[in-house]
Amino acid sequence: MKRPLQTLHLTLGLMLAASLASAQTELTITKTAGPGLDKPTLVSLSGFSGEVASVIQFDLYVQGFKFVSPEEAQYLISGSHAGNVQGRVTDRLVKQPLFSRSYSGASLRRQAHAFTDDVVQAIRPGSQGIAQTRIACKVESGANTEIYVADFDGFGATSITGGDKTLAKSPAWVPGRSALLYTSYKRGRPEIFRHDTSTGSRAVVAGYGGSNLMPAPSPDGSRVAMVLSKSGMVDLYVANADGSNLKQLTRSTEYESSPCWSPDGNWICFATQLKGGGRVLAKVSPAGGDVQRIRVAGVSRPSEPDWSPDGKWIAFTAQMGSFQLCVVPAEGGAATALSGGDDPSWAPNSRTVIFTRHGGGRQTLSLLDVPTKQVKDVPRISGSNNSQPAWAR
Amino acid sequence: MKALKFANLLMIALALTVPAVGCKKKPTNVTPLPGQPGYVGDGGAAGLEGGGALGPGSETGAGGGPLADPSRFANMKPDREALAAYTVYFDFDSSVVRSSEQGKVAEVAASLNSSTANALRIEGHCDERGTEGYNLSLGERRALALREALVAAGVSADRMETISYGEERPADAGHDEIAWSKNRRGEFILLLP
Repeated sequence: MKRPLQTLHLTLGLMLAASLASAQTELTITKTAGPGLDKPTLVSLSGFSGEVASVIQFDLYVQGFKFVSPEEAQYLISGSHAGNVQGRVTDRLVKQPLFSRSYSGASLRRQAHAFTDDVVQAIRPGSQGIAQTRIACKVESGANTEIYVADFDGFGATSITGGDKTLAKSPAWVPGRSALLYTSYKRGRPEIFRHDTSTGSRAVVAGYGGSNLMPAPSPDGSRVAMVLSKSGMVDLYVANADGSNLKQLTRSTEYESSPCWSPDGNWICFATQLKGGGRVLAKVSPAGGDVQRIRVAGVSRPSEPDWSPDGKWIAFTAQMGSFQLCVVPAEGGAATALSGGDDPSWAPNSRTVIFTRHGGGRQTLSLLDVPTKQVKDVPRISGSNNSQPAWAR
Repeated sequence: MKALKFANLLMIALALTVPAVGCKKKPTNVTPLPGQPGYVGDGGAAGLEGGGALGPGSETGAGGGPLADPSRFANMKPDREALAAYTVYFDFDSSVVRSSEQGKVAEVAASLNSSTANALRIEGHCDERGTEGYNLSLGERRALALREALVAAGVSADRMETISYGEERPADAGHDEIAWSKNRRGEFILLLP
Protein backbone atom coordinates (compact mmCIF):
# COMPACT_ATOMS: atom_id res chain seq x y z
CA MET A 1 0.00 0.00 0.00
CA LYS A 2 1.59 3.21 -1.09
CA ARG A 3 0.58 6.28 0.82
CA PRO A 4 0.50 9.10 -1.66
CA LEU A 5 1.75 12.48 -0.68
CA GLN A 6 -1.51 14.27 -1.17
CA THR A 7 -0.56 17.63 0.23
CA LEU A 8 2.64 17.74 -1.68
CA HIS A 9 2.88 19.66 -4.90
CA LEU A 10 5.49 18.36 -7.21
CA THR A 11 7.03 21.01 -9.31
CA LEU A 12 8.37 19.29 -12.32
CA GLY A 13 11.68 20.79 -13.28
CA LEU A 14 13.61 20.22 -16.40
CA MET A 15 13.43 16.68 -17.64
CA LEU A 16 16.50 16.66 -19.79
CA ALA A 17 16.92 12.98 -19.26
CA ALA A 18 16.55 9.87 -21.32
CA SER A 19 19.14 10.14 -24.00
CA LEU A 20 19.77 6.79 -25.66
CA ALA A 21 23.20 6.61 -24.14
CA SER A 22 21.99 6.89 -20.57
CA ALA A 23 19.12 4.48 -21.20
CA GLN A 24 21.65 1.87 -22.19
CA THR A 25 23.73 2.47 -19.10
CA GLU A 26 20.64 2.13 -16.96
CA LEU A 27 19.68 -1.13 -18.57
CA THR A 28 22.89 -2.84 -17.55
CA ILE A 29 22.50 -1.57 -14.02
CA THR A 30 18.96 -2.84 -13.53
CA LYS A 31 19.91 -6.33 -14.58
CA THR A 32 20.59 -8.38 -11.46
CA ALA A 33 23.27 -11.02 -11.11
CA GLY A 34 21.32 -12.87 -8.42
CA PRO A 35 20.62 -12.58 -4.71
CA GLY A 36 23.62 -11.12 -2.94
CA LEU A 37 25.73 -10.89 -6.10
CA ASP A 38 24.94 -7.41 -7.38
CA LYS A 39 27.26 -4.45 -6.96
CA PRO A 40 25.55 -1.41 -5.43
CA THR A 41 24.80 1.61 -7.59
CA LEU A 42 27.44 4.22 -6.77
CA VAL A 43 26.09 7.69 -6.04
CA SER A 44 27.36 10.87 -4.41
CA LEU A 45 25.32 13.26 -2.30
CA SER A 46 25.89 16.99 -1.89
CA GLY A 47 24.00 20.03 -0.71
CA PHE A 48 21.83 18.28 1.87
CA SER A 49 22.38 18.01 5.60
CA GLY A 50 20.68 16.92 8.82
CA GLU A 51 17.41 15.01 8.62
CA VAL A 52 17.01 15.43 4.87
CA ALA A 53 20.47 14.00 4.17
CA SER A 54 19.96 11.06 6.53
CA VAL A 55 16.52 10.26 5.02
CA ILE A 56 17.98 10.25 1.50
CA GLN A 57 20.92 8.08 2.57
CA PHE A 58 18.75 5.62 4.47
CA ASP A 59 16.14 5.31 1.71
CA LEU A 60 18.68 4.72 -1.04
CA TYR A 61 21.04 2.45 0.91
CA VAL A 62 18.32 -0.14 1.54
CA GLN A 63 17.53 -0.11 -2.19
CA GLY A 64 21.05 -0.97 -3.25
CA PHE A 65 22.71 2.45 -3.57
CA LYS A 66 26.09 3.21 -2.04
CA PHE A 67 27.42 6.68 -1.23
CA VAL A 68 30.89 7.46 -2.52
CA SER A 69 32.88 10.53 -3.57
CA PRO A 70 31.77 12.39 -6.74
CA GLU A 71 34.83 11.05 -8.57
CA GLU A 72 33.77 7.43 -7.95
CA ALA A 73 30.04 7.94 -8.39
CA GLN A 74 28.06 7.06 -11.47
CA TYR A 75 25.26 9.42 -10.46
CA LEU A 76 25.57 12.73 -8.67
CA ILE A 77 22.68 13.56 -6.35
CA SER A 78 22.61 17.18 -5.29
CA GLY A 79 20.22 19.81 -4.09
CA SER A 80 19.22 21.95 -1.16
CA HIS A 81 16.54 22.17 1.50
CA ALA A 82 16.26 25.82 2.40
CA GLY A 83 12.53 25.93 3.12
CA ASN A 84 11.77 23.04 0.83
CA VAL A 85 13.61 20.17 -0.79
CA GLN A 86 15.04 20.75 -4.22
CA GLY A 87 17.02 17.99 -5.83
CA ARG A 88 18.58 16.81 -9.04
CA VAL A 89 20.37 13.77 -10.34
CA THR A 90 23.09 13.80 -12.96
CA ASP A 91 24.61 10.87 -14.77
CA ARG A 92 28.31 11.65 -14.33
CA LEU A 93 29.49 9.43 -17.16
CA VAL A 94 27.32 10.95 -19.86
CA LYS A 95 27.17 14.34 -18.09
CA GLN A 96 23.40 14.49 -18.47
CA PRO A 97 20.97 15.67 -15.79
CA LEU A 98 18.28 12.99 -15.31
CA PHE A 99 15.87 15.31 -13.54
CA SER A 100 15.61 18.36 -11.38
CA ARG A 101 12.65 18.92 -9.10
CA SER A 102 11.46 20.88 -6.12
CA TYR A 103 9.00 19.68 -3.50
CA SER A 104 6.66 21.52 -1.17
CA GLY A 105 4.08 20.85 1.52
CA ALA A 106 3.92 18.18 4.24
CA SER A 107 7.33 18.08 5.97
CA LEU A 108 10.93 18.16 4.85
CA ARG A 109 11.09 14.48 5.77
CA ARG A 110 8.19 13.63 3.45
CA GLN A 111 9.65 15.79 0.70
CA ALA A 112 12.95 13.93 1.04
CA HIS A 113 11.14 10.57 0.74
CA ALA A 114 9.32 11.78 -2.38
CA PHE A 115 12.64 12.92 -3.85
CA THR A 116 14.30 9.52 -3.26
CA ASP A 117 11.38 7.77 -4.98
CA ASP A 118 12.05 10.00 -8.00
CA VAL A 119 15.77 9.24 -7.79
CA VAL A 120 15.09 5.49 -7.87
CA GLN A 121 12.71 5.84 -10.79
CA ALA A 122 15.14 8.01 -12.76
CA ILE A 123 18.16 5.76 -12.25
CA ARG A 124 16.28 2.47 -12.59
CA PRO A 125 13.47 3.18 -15.05
CA GLY A 126 10.45 0.99 -14.50
CA SER A 127 11.22 0.25 -10.88
CA GLN A 128 9.30 1.56 -7.94
CA GLY A 129 10.71 3.41 -4.94
CA ILE A 130 9.66 2.33 -1.46
CA ALA A 131 10.29 5.56 0.44
CA GLN A 132 6.59 6.30 1.01
CA THR A 133 5.47 2.79 2.00
CA ARG A 134 4.28 1.52 5.37
CA ILE A 135 5.01 -1.46 7.59
CA ALA A 136 3.36 -3.15 10.55
CA CYS A 137 5.07 -5.16 13.26
CA LYS A 138 4.74 -6.73 16.69
CA VAL A 139 6.12 -4.76 19.63
CA GLU A 140 6.75 -6.27 23.05
CA SER A 141 5.38 -4.14 25.85
CA GLY A 142 5.95 -5.78 29.22
CA ALA A 143 4.12 -9.11 29.22
CA ASN A 144 1.92 -8.01 26.33
CA THR A 145 2.50 -7.47 22.64
CA GLU A 146 0.96 -4.84 20.40
CA ILE A 147 0.63 -4.28 16.69
CA TYR A 148 2.23 -1.05 15.45
CA VAL A 149 2.07 0.57 12.06
CA ALA A 150 4.83 2.92 10.87
CA ASP A 151 6.60 4.32 7.84
CA PHE A 152 8.94 1.70 6.36
CA ASP A 153 11.87 3.36 8.15
CA GLY A 154 10.15 3.10 11.55
CA PHE A 155 9.18 6.76 11.65
CA GLY A 156 5.74 7.92 12.82
CA ALA A 157 4.86 4.65 14.56
CA THR A 158 1.48 4.23 16.24
CA SER A 159 0.01 1.30 18.14
CA ILE A 160 -3.32 0.07 16.84
CA THR A 161 -3.91 -2.44 19.66
CA GLY A 162 -2.59 -0.49 22.63
CA GLY A 163 -5.81 -0.59 24.61
CA ASP A 164 -6.14 -4.37 24.52
CA LYS A 165 -3.50 -5.25 27.16
CA THR A 166 -3.05 -8.71 25.73
CA LEU A 167 -1.04 -10.58 23.10
CA ALA A 168 -1.42 -9.45 19.50
CA LYS A 169 0.74 -10.93 16.76
CA SER A 170 1.27 -11.97 13.14
CA PRO A 171 0.15 -8.72 11.44
CA ALA A 172 -0.52 -8.85 7.70
CA TRP A 173 -1.74 -6.00 5.47
CA VAL A 174 -4.69 -6.43 3.19
CA PRO A 175 -3.01 -5.49 -0.12
CA GLY A 176 -3.83 -2.00 -1.33
CA ARG A 177 -6.02 -1.14 1.65
CA SER A 178 -5.71 0.52 5.04
CA ALA A 179 -6.55 -2.72 6.79
CA LEU A 180 -4.64 -5.38 8.66
CA LEU A 181 -5.32 -8.91 9.77
CA TYR A 182 -3.68 -10.22 12.93
CA THR A 183 -4.12 -12.67 15.79
CA SER A 184 -5.23 -11.25 19.14
CA TYR A 185 -5.82 -12.97 22.48
CA LYS A 186 -8.11 -10.15 23.61
CA ARG A 187 -11.04 -12.53 24.17
CA GLY A 188 -8.86 -15.04 26.01
CA ARG A 189 -7.86 -17.19 23.04
CA PRO A 190 -5.98 -16.62 19.79
CA GLU A 191 -8.49 -15.36 17.23
CA ILE A 192 -8.04 -13.64 13.88
CA PHE A 193 -9.26 -10.06 13.54
CA ARG A 194 -9.57 -7.69 10.63
CA HIS A 195 -8.66 -4.14 11.66
CA ASP A 196 -9.46 -1.11 9.52
CA THR A 197 -6.72 1.39 10.35
CA SER A 198 -8.61 4.40 9.00
CA THR A 199 -11.74 3.86 11.13
CA GLY A 200 -10.29 1.68 13.92
CA SER A 201 -13.15 -0.79 13.51
CA ARG A 202 -12.50 -4.47 14.07
CA ALA A 203 -14.24 -7.70 13.14
CA VAL A 204 -13.53 -11.35 13.98
CA VAL A 205 -12.52 -13.30 10.87
CA ALA A 206 -11.88 -16.63 12.65
CA GLY A 207 -12.81 -17.42 16.26
CA TYR A 208 -13.13 -21.18 16.13
CA GLY A 209 -12.35 -23.62 18.90
CA GLY A 210 -8.61 -24.17 19.36
CA SER A 211 -6.12 -21.65 17.98
CA ASN A 212 -6.75 -19.30 15.04
CA LEU A 213 -3.34 -18.27 13.73
CA MET A 214 -1.25 -16.52 11.09
CA PRO A 215 -3.72 -14.86 8.69
CA ALA A 216 -2.56 -14.07 5.13
CA PRO A 217 -4.82 -11.97 2.89
CA SER A 218 -4.83 -12.89 -0.81
CA PRO A 219 -3.27 -10.41 -3.29
CA ASP A 220 -6.72 -9.13 -4.36
CA GLY A 221 -7.87 -8.93 -0.74
CA SER A 222 -10.91 -11.12 -1.36
CA ARG A 223 -9.73 -14.15 0.64
CA VAL A 224 -7.64 -15.07 3.64
CA ALA A 225 -5.40 -18.08 4.25
CA MET A 226 -4.85 -19.07 7.88
CA VAL A 227 -3.84 -21.86 10.24
CA LEU A 228 -6.64 -23.28 12.41
CA SER A 229 -6.89 -26.22 14.80
CA LYS A 230 -10.69 -26.48 14.87
CA SER A 231 -10.63 -29.99 13.42
CA GLY A 232 -8.38 -31.27 16.22
CA MET A 233 -5.31 -30.95 14.02
CA VAL A 234 -3.25 -27.94 12.97
CA ASP A 235 -4.15 -27.38 9.32
CA LEU A 236 -4.22 -24.77 6.57
CA TYR A 237 -7.55 -23.16 5.65
CA VAL A 238 -8.80 -20.50 3.25
CA ALA A 239 -11.93 -18.35 3.58
CA ASN A 240 -13.51 -15.23 2.16
CA ALA A 241 -12.11 -11.98 3.55
CA ASP A 242 -14.84 -11.83 6.19
CA GLY A 243 -14.22 -15.44 7.25
CA SER A 244 -17.21 -16.95 5.45
CA ASN A 245 -16.99 -19.89 3.05
CA LEU A 246 -14.27 -21.66 5.04
CA LYS A 247 -12.38 -24.40 3.21
CA GLN A 248 -9.83 -26.82 4.67
CA LEU A 249 -6.76 -27.24 2.43
CA THR A 250 -4.63 -29.73 4.38
CA ARG A 251 -5.64 -32.69 6.54
CA SER A 252 -2.66 -34.12 8.31
CA THR A 253 -1.07 -34.82 11.65
CA GLU A 254 1.79 -32.55 10.61
CA TYR A 255 1.41 -28.90 11.47
CA GLU A 256 1.34 -26.14 8.92
CA SER A 257 2.50 -22.57 9.59
CA SER A 258 3.04 -19.13 8.05
CA PRO A 259 0.96 -19.16 4.85
CA CYS A 260 1.61 -16.58 2.11
CA TRP A 261 0.23 -16.13 -1.42
CA SER A 262 1.80 -16.09 -4.84
CA PRO A 263 1.12 -12.66 -6.40
CA ASP A 264 -1.18 -14.21 -9.04
CA GLY A 265 -3.29 -15.73 -6.24
CA ASN A 266 -2.89 -19.25 -7.67
CA TRP A 267 -0.86 -20.69 -4.80
CA ILE A 268 -0.62 -20.57 -1.05
CA CYS A 269 2.90 -21.31 0.16
CA PHE A 270 3.47 -22.47 3.74
CA ALA A 271 5.81 -24.38 6.04
CA THR A 272 5.07 -28.01 6.98
CA GLN A 273 6.82 -31.32 7.62
CA LEU A 274 7.39 -34.51 5.76
CA LYS A 275 5.94 -37.64 7.29
CA GLY A 276 8.53 -38.96 9.68
CA GLY A 277 10.17 -35.57 10.02
CA GLY A 278 12.08 -33.02 8.01
CA ARG A 279 10.75 -29.54 7.53
CA VAL A 280 9.80 -28.29 4.10
CA LEU A 281 8.15 -25.47 2.24
CA ALA A 282 5.12 -26.49 0.22
CA LYS A 283 2.35 -24.96 -1.82
CA VAL A 284 -1.28 -25.76 -2.50
CA SER A 285 -3.95 -24.21 -4.71
CA PRO A 286 -6.53 -22.18 -2.76
CA ALA A 287 -9.08 -24.30 -4.63
CA GLY A 288 -7.65 -27.39 -2.90
CA GLY A 289 -5.84 -30.40 -4.34
CA ASP A 290 -2.42 -31.89 -3.95
CA VAL A 291 0.22 -30.29 -1.82
CA GLN A 292 3.45 -29.75 -3.75
CA ARG A 293 6.83 -29.42 -2.20
CA ILE A 294 9.02 -26.41 -2.95
CA ARG A 295 12.56 -27.66 -2.90
CA VAL A 296 15.08 -25.55 -0.99
CA ALA A 297 18.54 -27.01 -1.56
CA GLY A 298 21.52 -26.13 0.57
CA VAL A 299 19.83 -24.97 3.75
CA SER A 300 17.82 -26.71 6.46
CA ARG A 301 14.59 -26.30 8.41
CA PRO A 302 12.80 -23.71 6.28
CA SER A 303 9.85 -21.77 7.70
CA GLU A 304 8.14 -18.34 7.44
CA PRO A 305 8.01 -18.04 3.63
CA ASP A 306 7.06 -14.81 1.84
CA TRP A 307 6.53 -14.69 -1.93
CA SER A 308 7.99 -11.66 -3.73
CA PRO A 309 5.44 -9.34 -5.41
CA ASP A 310 7.06 -9.96 -8.83
CA GLY A 311 6.47 -13.70 -8.33
CA LYS A 312 10.09 -14.72 -8.81
CA TRP A 313 11.39 -15.44 -5.30
CA ILE A 314 10.38 -16.84 -1.96
CA ALA A 315 12.17 -15.41 1.06
CA PHE A 316 12.14 -17.59 4.18
CA THR A 317 13.92 -18.42 7.42
CA ALA A 318 16.30 -21.36 7.61
CA GLN A 319 17.50 -22.73 10.91
CA MET A 320 21.09 -23.82 10.89
CA GLY A 321 22.35 -23.26 14.40
CA SER A 322 21.00 -19.71 14.09
CA PHE A 323 18.25 -18.15 12.00
CA GLN A 324 19.33 -17.41 8.44
CA LEU A 325 17.40 -15.23 6.04
CA CYS A 326 17.27 -16.99 2.67
CA VAL A 327 15.75 -16.67 -0.77
CA VAL A 328 14.95 -19.42 -3.25
CA PRO A 329 13.46 -19.23 -6.77
CA ALA A 330 9.68 -19.53 -6.41
CA GLU A 331 9.69 -22.79 -8.39
CA GLY A 332 12.25 -24.22 -5.93
CA GLY A 333 15.95 -24.85 -6.29
CA ALA A 334 19.16 -23.68 -4.70
CA ALA A 335 18.58 -21.40 -1.73
CA THR A 336 20.86 -18.47 -0.93
CA ALA A 337 21.47 -17.43 2.67
CA LEU A 338 21.81 -13.66 2.80
CA SER A 339 21.91 -12.54 6.43
CA GLY A 340 21.33 -13.66 9.98
CA GLY A 341 17.71 -13.08 10.99
CA ASP A 342 14.18 -14.36 10.47
CA ASP A 343 10.61 -13.68 9.38
CA PRO A 344 11.13 -11.80 6.08
CA SER A 345 8.52 -9.64 4.34
CA TRP A 346 9.09 -8.27 0.83
CA ALA A 347 8.77 -4.61 -0.08
CA PRO A 348 6.64 -3.70 -3.12
CA ASN A 349 9.88 -3.30 -5.12
CA SER A 350 10.61 -7.06 -4.89
CA ARG A 351 14.20 -6.31 -3.86
CA THR A 352 14.13 -4.96 -0.30
CA VAL A 353 13.08 -7.25 2.55
CA ILE A 354 12.25 -6.32 6.13
CA PHE A 355 13.09 -8.95 8.73
CA THR A 356 13.86 -9.50 12.42
CA ARG A 357 17.49 -9.39 13.50
CA HIS A 358 18.60 -10.93 16.78
CA GLY A 359 21.48 -9.26 18.56
CA GLY A 360 22.39 -7.75 21.90
CA GLY A 361 19.67 -9.79 23.57
CA ARG A 362 17.03 -8.02 21.52
CA GLN A 363 14.96 -8.39 18.40
CA THR A 364 15.31 -5.48 15.99
CA LEU A 365 13.68 -4.82 12.64
CA SER A 366 16.18 -4.62 9.84
CA LEU A 367 16.13 -3.97 6.10
CA LEU A 368 17.99 -6.07 3.55
CA ASP A 369 18.56 -5.17 -0.09
CA VAL A 370 18.52 -8.68 -1.55
CA PRO A 371 20.62 -8.08 -4.73
CA THR A 372 23.48 -6.32 -2.88
CA LYS A 373 23.06 -7.78 0.64
CA GLN A 374 23.20 -4.27 2.10
CA VAL A 375 21.59 -4.33 5.57
CA LYS A 376 20.46 -1.48 7.80
CA ASP A 377 18.52 -1.59 11.07
CA VAL A 378 15.20 0.18 11.43
CA PRO A 379 15.27 2.51 14.47
CA ARG A 380 13.39 0.98 17.40
CA ILE A 381 9.65 1.37 16.90
CA SER A 382 8.76 1.20 20.59
CA GLY A 383 9.00 -1.06 23.65
CA SER A 384 11.67 -3.75 23.80
CA ASN A 385 11.58 -6.49 21.16
CA ASN A 386 10.32 -5.54 17.69
CA SER A 387 9.50 -8.47 15.41
CA GLN A 388 7.10 -9.98 12.84
CA PRO A 389 7.39 -7.14 10.31
CA ALA A 390 4.86 -6.97 7.48
CA TRP A 391 5.30 -4.65 4.50
CA ALA A 392 2.22 -2.96 3.11
CA ARG A 393 2.02 -3.60 -0.62
CA MET B 1 30.25 -35.97 4.45
CA LYS B 2 29.58 -39.68 4.70
CA ALA B 3 29.76 -39.55 8.46
CA LEU B 4 27.31 -36.68 8.44
CA LYS B 5 24.88 -38.59 6.29
CA PHE B 6 25.12 -41.58 8.56
CA ALA B 7 24.55 -39.39 11.61
CA ASN B 8 21.44 -37.97 9.97
CA LEU B 9 20.08 -41.38 9.16
CA LEU B 10 20.77 -42.45 12.71
CA MET B 11 18.90 -39.48 14.10
CA ILE B 12 15.95 -40.10 11.83
CA ALA B 13 15.96 -43.76 12.84
CA LEU B 14 16.10 -42.82 16.52
CA ALA B 15 13.34 -40.26 16.10
CA LEU B 16 11.16 -42.82 14.37
CA THR B 17 11.44 -45.19 17.30
CA VAL B 18 10.20 -42.58 19.77
CA PRO B 19 6.48 -42.77 19.04
CA ALA B 20 6.49 -46.52 19.46
CA VAL B 21 7.78 -46.04 22.99
CA GLY B 22 6.03 -42.82 23.90
CA CYS B 23 2.59 -43.37 22.51
CA LYS B 24 1.75 -47.04 22.12
CA LYS B 25 -1.88 -46.45 21.54
CA LYS B 26 -1.97 -44.30 18.45
CA PRO B 27 1.42 -44.02 16.83
CA THR B 28 -0.03 -42.28 13.78
CA ASN B 29 -1.13 -39.31 15.84
CA VAL B 30 2.32 -38.14 16.74
CA THR B 31 4.78 -36.31 14.60
CA PRO B 32 8.35 -37.36 15.15
CA LEU B 33 10.83 -34.72 14.07
CA PRO B 34 14.57 -35.14 14.01
CA GLY B 35 15.38 -32.97 16.95
CA GLN B 36 19.09 -32.33 16.94
CA PRO B 37 20.36 -28.81 16.29
CA GLY B 38 22.88 -30.03 13.72
CA TYR B 39 20.29 -31.89 11.70
CA VAL B 40 20.29 -31.16 8.01
CA GLY B 41 16.78 -32.18 7.28
CA ASP B 42 16.08 -30.86 3.89
CA GLY B 43 17.89 -30.16 0.71
CA GLY B 44 21.35 -30.48 2.20
CA ALA B 45 23.55 -33.53 2.17
CA ALA B 46 20.66 -35.75 3.12
CA GLY B 47 18.24 -33.76 0.98
CA LEU B 48 15.09 -35.60 0.04
CA GLU B 49 15.13 -34.62 -3.59
CA GLY B 50 11.60 -35.18 -4.71
CA GLY B 51 11.35 -38.01 -2.23
CA GLY B 52 9.67 -38.06 1.15
CA ALA B 53 5.93 -38.21 1.41
CA LEU B 54 4.03 -35.04 2.11
CA GLY B 55 1.28 -35.68 4.56
CA PRO B 56 -1.27 -33.04 3.63
CA GLY B 57 -4.02 -33.67 1.17
CA SER B 58 -6.03 -36.72 2.04
CA GLU B 59 -5.07 -38.11 5.39
CA THR B 60 -7.69 -38.19 8.10
CA GLY B 61 -7.51 -39.54 11.62
CA ALA B 62 -7.45 -36.37 13.71
CA GLY B 63 -6.84 -37.91 17.12
CA GLY B 64 -9.04 -35.91 19.45
CA GLY B 65 -11.72 -34.95 16.95
CA PRO B 66 -13.06 -31.44 16.34
CA LEU B 67 -12.74 -28.80 19.05
CA ALA B 68 -15.88 -27.81 20.94
CA ASP B 69 -17.51 -24.46 20.27
CA PRO B 70 -15.53 -21.95 22.36
CA SER B 71 -18.71 -20.44 23.81
CA ARG B 72 -18.98 -23.59 25.92
CA PHE B 73 -16.06 -22.38 28.06
CA ALA B 74 -16.73 -18.65 27.91
CA ASN B 75 -18.21 -18.23 31.40
CA MET B 76 -16.11 -20.80 33.25
CA LYS B 77 -13.59 -19.75 35.92
CA PRO B 78 -9.99 -20.73 35.28
CA ASP B 79 -8.06 -22.28 38.17
CA ARG B 80 -4.36 -22.27 37.26
CA GLU B 81 -3.23 -23.84 40.51
CA ALA B 82 -5.32 -27.02 40.69
CA LEU B 83 -3.38 -28.95 38.03
CA ALA B 84 -0.14 -26.95 38.04
CA ALA B 85 1.83 -29.94 39.34
CA TYR B 86 1.03 -31.90 36.18
CA THR B 87 2.61 -29.63 33.57
CA VAL B 88 3.93 -31.91 30.83
CA TYR B 89 7.36 -31.28 29.30
CA PHE B 90 8.37 -32.06 25.72
CA ASP B 91 11.56 -32.91 23.88
CA PHE B 92 13.09 -30.29 21.62
CA ASP B 93 10.99 -29.74 18.50
CA SER B 94 8.62 -32.59 19.44
CA SER B 95 4.94 -32.90 20.20
CA VAL B 96 5.25 -36.50 21.37
CA VAL B 97 3.98 -37.08 24.92
CA ARG B 98 6.91 -38.92 26.50
CA SER B 99 6.18 -42.10 28.41
CA SER B 100 7.72 -40.48 31.50
CA GLU B 101 4.95 -37.83 31.34
CA GLN B 102 2.04 -40.26 31.00
CA GLY B 103 1.55 -40.37 34.78
CA LYS B 104 0.70 -36.67 34.79
CA VAL B 105 -1.81 -37.17 32.01
CA ALA B 106 -3.42 -39.96 34.07
CA GLU B 107 -3.71 -37.63 37.10
CA VAL B 108 -5.36 -34.91 35.02
CA ALA B 109 -7.74 -37.47 33.51
CA ALA B 110 -8.63 -38.72 37.00
CA SER B 111 -9.37 -35.18 38.16
CA LEU B 112 -11.66 -34.52 35.23
CA ASN B 113 -13.36 -37.88 35.42
CA SER B 114 -14.15 -37.33 39.11
CA SER B 115 -15.94 -33.99 38.63
CA THR B 116 -17.72 -33.96 35.34
CA ALA B 117 -18.94 -30.35 35.60
CA ASN B 118 -15.35 -29.13 35.19
CA ALA B 119 -13.64 -28.55 31.91
CA LEU B 120 -10.01 -28.14 30.88
CA ARG B 121 -7.89 -25.62 29.02
CA ILE B 122 -4.63 -26.94 27.65
CA GLU B 123 -1.95 -24.37 26.81
CA GLY B 124 0.88 -25.34 24.47
CA HIS B 125 4.25 -23.57 24.81
CA CYS B 126 7.62 -23.70 23.08
CA ASP B 127 11.18 -22.70 23.78
CA GLU B 128 12.61 -19.74 21.88
CA ARG B 129 14.68 -21.68 19.39
CA GLY B 130 12.15 -22.15 16.62
CA THR B 131 10.88 -19.30 14.47
CA GLU B 132 7.85 -17.50 15.87
CA GLY B 133 5.57 -18.78 13.12
CA TYR B 134 6.71 -22.37 13.46
CA ASN B 135 6.42 -22.24 17.25
CA LEU B 136 2.82 -21.06 17.14
CA SER B 137 1.86 -24.20 15.24
CA LEU B 138 4.10 -26.46 17.33
CA GLY B 139 2.59 -25.08 20.55
CA GLU B 140 -0.90 -25.89 19.32
CA ARG B 141 0.23 -29.35 18.17
CA ARG B 142 1.55 -30.01 21.69
CA ALA B 143 -1.73 -28.94 23.28
CA LEU B 144 -3.60 -31.19 20.84
CA ALA B 145 -1.27 -34.13 21.58
CA LEU B 146 -2.15 -33.79 25.28
CA ARG B 147 -5.82 -33.58 24.39
CA GLU B 148 -5.49 -36.82 22.43
CA ALA B 149 -3.78 -38.49 25.36
CA LEU B 150 -6.60 -37.38 27.66
CA VAL B 151 -9.24 -38.63 25.22
CA ALA B 152 -7.42 -41.97 25.26
CA ALA B 153 -7.64 -41.83 29.08
CA GLY B 154 -11.40 -41.48 28.92
CA VAL B 155 -11.96 -37.71 29.02
CA SER B 156 -14.62 -36.46 26.63
CA ALA B 157 -13.04 -34.37 23.84
CA ASP B 158 -15.65 -31.63 24.06
CA ARG B 159 -14.64 -30.80 27.64
CA MET B 160 -11.25 -29.54 26.52
CA GLU B 161 -10.05 -26.41 24.74
CA THR B 162 -6.56 -25.78 23.42
CA ILE B 163 -4.52 -22.59 23.10
CA SER B 164 -1.11 -22.05 21.59
CA TYR B 165 1.15 -19.40 23.06
CA GLY B 166 4.13 -20.31 20.89
CA GLU B 167 7.26 -18.94 22.56
CA GLU B 168 5.40 -15.94 24.02
CA ARG B 169 5.04 -17.08 27.66
CA PRO B 170 8.27 -18.78 28.80
CA ALA B 171 8.19 -20.34 32.27
CA ASP B 172 11.89 -19.55 32.60
CA ALA B 173 13.29 -16.37 31.03
CA GLY B 174 16.78 -17.85 30.65
CA HIS B 175 18.51 -18.66 27.37
CA ASP B 176 20.03 -22.07 28.06
CA GLU B 177 18.96 -25.70 27.92
CA ILE B 178 17.76 -25.64 31.54
CA ALA B 179 15.38 -22.80 30.74
CA TRP B 180 14.39 -24.22 27.37
CA SER B 181 13.50 -27.61 28.87
CA LYS B 182 11.09 -25.85 31.26
CA ASN B 183 9.56 -23.83 28.45
CA ARG B 184 8.70 -26.72 26.11
CA ARG B 185 5.53 -27.60 27.92
CA GLY B 186 1.79 -28.12 28.09
CA GLU B 187 -0.07 -26.54 31.01
CA PHE B 188 -3.43 -27.72 32.32
CA ILE B 189 -5.86 -25.07 33.56
CA LEU B 190 -8.95 -26.39 35.27
CA LEU B 191 -12.14 -24.62 34.21
CA LEU B 192 -14.81 -24.43 36.92
CA PRO B 193 -18.51 -23.89 36.19
